Amino acid sequence: MMQRFLKLAACLAPLVLAVGCASNKPAAYDYTAFKAAKPRSILVLPPLNNSPEVNAGNSVYAQVTYPLAEAGYYVLPVGLVGETFKQNGMTVAADIHALPPAKLQEIFGADAGMYITIAKYGATYTVLDSVVVVSVEAKLVDLKTGTVLWTGSASASNNEGGNNGGGGLIGALVAAAVKQIINSTTDQSHPVAGVASVRLLSAGYNNGLLYGPRSDKYGTQ
Amino acid sequence: MQITIIKRAGMVLALAGAAFLTGCASPPKTLYGWDGYQPQVYQHFKGESPDQQIAEMEKSLQTISARGASVPPGFHAHLGMLYSITGKQDQMVTQFEDEKKLFPESAAYMDFLLAKVKKGEKI
Repeated sequence: MMQRFLKLAACLAPLVLAVGCASNKPAAYDYTAFKAAKPRSILVLPPLNNSPEVNAGNSVYAQVTYPLAEAGYYVLPVGLVGETFKQNGMTVAADIHALPPAKLQEIFGADAGMYITIAKYGATYTVLDSVVVVSVEAKLVDLKTGTVLWTGSASASNNEGGNNGGGGLIGALVAAAVKQIINSTTDQSHPVAGVASVRLLSAGYNNGLLYGPRSDKYGTQ
Repeated sequence: MQITIIKRAGMVLALAGAAFLTGCASPPKTLYGWDGYQPQVYQHFKGESPDQQIAEMEKSLQTISARGASVPPGFHAHLGMLYSITGKQDQMVTQFEDEKKLFPESAAYMDFLLAKVKKGEKI
């Protein structure tokens, strides 16, 4: 009897483990087209910047490789890709996003293109606080067919957890003003953009990207 | 007898619990070593000195290989581009070939660039 219990415990343990780690995964997104296309390589285009911060595009673009490569995809070298567009007279992200997918496929040889739009980037000042927020959206497109394989969005801020210490109203105002000065420098936003990029482009999240062929989790979703 | 079995059962559960904690809490091992690549790409976008970026990336290459980690996608290609900007065409070609070797997915683009270089055009 006890032996049986032991065996059962041994069998159930991994199950608990699996459930524990894999929970909250409602499969709402329709991955049919994504799974059929099986992209191996991703060309990330220079992001479209709808924020007032001129450096936002560079900041986000420099940080897209990590999550996509760790998800198991080959990511075309973004610095070099930007250079190729420049050499061909393309310096405006909106123009680049409007290029025919087949043309991009021909030059870069990538299976899929990632079209990123920056909705928010930088510090927002409110009466009592200032917060750096970066919000990004993305669309993955099959470059051979033009089919949309996946869309997603993500946000990050330097104020997550809402840890506002005491100090009364005046203390809060001063703290907010000081924070605003610090937050005004671009590099305060850059790490926040890194977090937003990881949230947007990592595999294994709810409705996130699927793992790519270079990940050992490829095909498990 | 009963007590030892119960103890053993407790042990199994404790181990399962430990495995559970480790499974979820330990940072997952990354596929690549990320020393320097993204920060250097950012420096490039900001128009900083390519010589400084080359020095940083060459140092990163050593760190990555010393740790036995893999070089991430795009690293060799980016370094090759920096060499090209500073007029070191031979070293650029070597880096583009390395990128192709590690990532055959890059072959079409690397060949496109190498063909431009052969024709004497800018990459």
